Amino acid sequence: MDIIRLILLALKAIGRNKFRMFLTMLGIIIGVGSVITMLAIGQGSKQSIQKEIGKMGSNMLMINRGSFRQGAARGGAGSAQSLTLDDVEAIRNQCKLVKEVSPTVSSGGQVIAGANNWNTQIHGVDIGYFEIRELTIQSGEKFTFRDIVSAAKVCILGKTVVENLFPDGEDPVGKNIRFKNIPFKVIGVLASKGQTSFGQDQDDIVIAPYTTVQKRIQGGTRINFIYASTYNEKDADAAKAEIEEVLRAQHRLGEFDENDFSIGSQQELLSAISSTSRLLTILLASIAGISLLVGGIGIMNIMYVSVTERTREIGLRMAVGARGIDIMMQFLIEAIIISVTGGLVGLALGLVSSFAVGQILKWPTLVTFNSIILSSMVCALTGIFFGWYPAIKASKLDPIEALRYE
Amino acid sequence: MVQAIIKIDHVCREFTVGSETVRALKGVDITINPGEFVTIMGTSGSGKSTLLNILGCLDRPTSGEYYLDGTAVSSMNRNQLAVMRNRKIGFVFQSYNLLPRTTALENVELPLFYNPEISNDERRRRAEVALDMVGLKERRFHKPNQLSGGQQQRVAIARALVNNPVVLLADEATGNLDTRTSYEIMALFQDLNKKGRTIVFVTHEADIAMFSSRSIRLRDGKIISDRIIEKPVSATEALAGLPKDNDI
Repeated sequence: MDIIRLILLALKAIGRNKFRMFLTMLGIIIGVGSVITMLAIGQGSKQSIQKEIGKMGSNMLMINRGSFRQGAARGGAGSAQSLTLDDVEAIRNQCKLVKEVSPTVSSGGQVIAGANNWNTQIHGVDIGYFEIRELTIQSGEKFTFRDIVSAAKVCILGKTVVENLFPDGEDPVGKNIRFKNIPFKVIGVLASKGQTSFGQDQDDIVIAPYTTVQKRIQGGTRINFIYASTYNEKDADAAKAEIEEVLRAQHRLGEFDENDFSIGSQQELLSAISSTSRLLTILLASIAGISLLVGGIGIMNIMYVSVTERTREIGLRMAVGARGIDIMMQFLIEAIIISVTGGLVGLALGLVSSFAVGQILKWPTLVTFNSIILSSMVCALTGIFFGWYPAIKASKLDPIEALRYE
Repeated sequence: MVQAIIKIDHVCREFTVGSETVRALKGVDITINPGEFVTIMGTSGSGKSTLLNILGCLDRPTSGEYYLDGTAVSSMNRNQLAVMRNRKIGFVFQSYNLLPRTTALENVELPLFYNPEISNDERRRRAEVALDMVGLKERRFHKPNQLSGGQQQRVAIARALVNNPVVLLADEATGNLDTRTSYEIMALFQDLNKKGRTIVFVTHEADIAMFSSRSIRLRDGKIISDRIIEKPVSATEALAGLPKDNDI
């Protein structure tokens, strides 16, 4: 008996019991729909976190000062005054994998423009900083090498600062602001970067040449951080090792001395967060998977009842010439049709609800090809797995007994 | 010599119920030739159902030989028996056994679904011819619950005829019907028999036997009589002779 006849027979049998078959399918529909939706939510949040981190500059390395140590007493990270401009130069000259490097010198306080003022951070940076942090200028221009050398009193404002100092919407470029009584000329405005995934406003900054901040605001030559970027995201780990080597030599650390600095990369953060969101995805998918399993048991239950209920029909089919395998295939194909149809409807439901979650709850969702393949496979397997036992049972019936069954 | 449609030699059938062995058939010999209309009579427990199951290839004898249309059936396996039933036998049951919520035509088509040599068009055509033979061509799209008992049995007969079997096996085929309707069904069987169809009809009703051409009586697993009926009663005439008030 060929497969097309079997499918035809199974479809006729399903057609005779439409409502019950729909209820059976419902379990699979909900199961597959929730698997797709949950995977979409998991994948979506993973992707959006990765994008957020990418925005901060995914090939960025951040070098922090180490802890201050005196005898056995240790200060916190960044308490030692270990980073110098010489270190910056050493990294710039000796590290081949590093593309750009910039010191940062930060200072907090009130910025004043006319009658408005705002408490923010001023970051003194080198020219490379813009590329490392992937900052772009929306209007005006960046400061130049000459500004760095001359410690020019120029600055670039983040969007939040602009909104607070120039609430009437006037163009800040060309205006003067004051920070700790020192006038700065605004030469540019940064394009908005929004918040980080940790809720930190990346637009609430003022950027100036590091020389200006060092000489005119802080006095001295201390720097807070060194930022560096690599040519390639993949080089981050190698570049980190390279910088470590250069800085250890620079700081004259012996073989057994601890680093008096620390290097963090976005890659580390990325992988930590990725593994968290992967866990979330697995958790969501396994909850949804359980509902798919329950749906599968529903199929088995109905097929089992159906075999018992249709015992006479099976007896008749055998009497008119159906072999055991014909009966088995019929029930198996019925189960597969139910689960595959349920799976397709569930897939549609999953796509719609993923879209709805994205639109209504503003939750990032992403339906991947893999999740579609995964749930379709699970679906077909569910049909075969849970249809198998009832189908075998049907095929082993004795036609005489089956015909006599009341 | 004409080849016998059915030839059974010393057929025995034993069942083991618990620790006891029940001998349902104790050495039965029957030869049925083409064109015969045989009734097998017997009370409950006489072994007539067991015999019918064996004749219908639903069961195998414990010992003895069975040749159906010249083929030895006794040693066949389940699948081979299924093919024999599909090609050689037409069953008519007491309780019709039609598939519910399925049209008469689709019910009649059913046996041909299990014959891969028959195309979809051929299946449909043959089912229509079979329904026409039992006079239900007009009702081919009716479902069993839209048909009377007599009509349902006619659909079942059409289903038994659709594979053009060598023998039609009826198991108490009039058992669920009133007298008038059962005479109508018997008239149909007689008509089919006249056209050359071989029929084996199992019943416990004595008046059904008089419509056949040969009557075999079973008791306790053995044949106690096997006689040719010279002048079978015409069911059509018997129908005309029924008093009007018998009509329900």
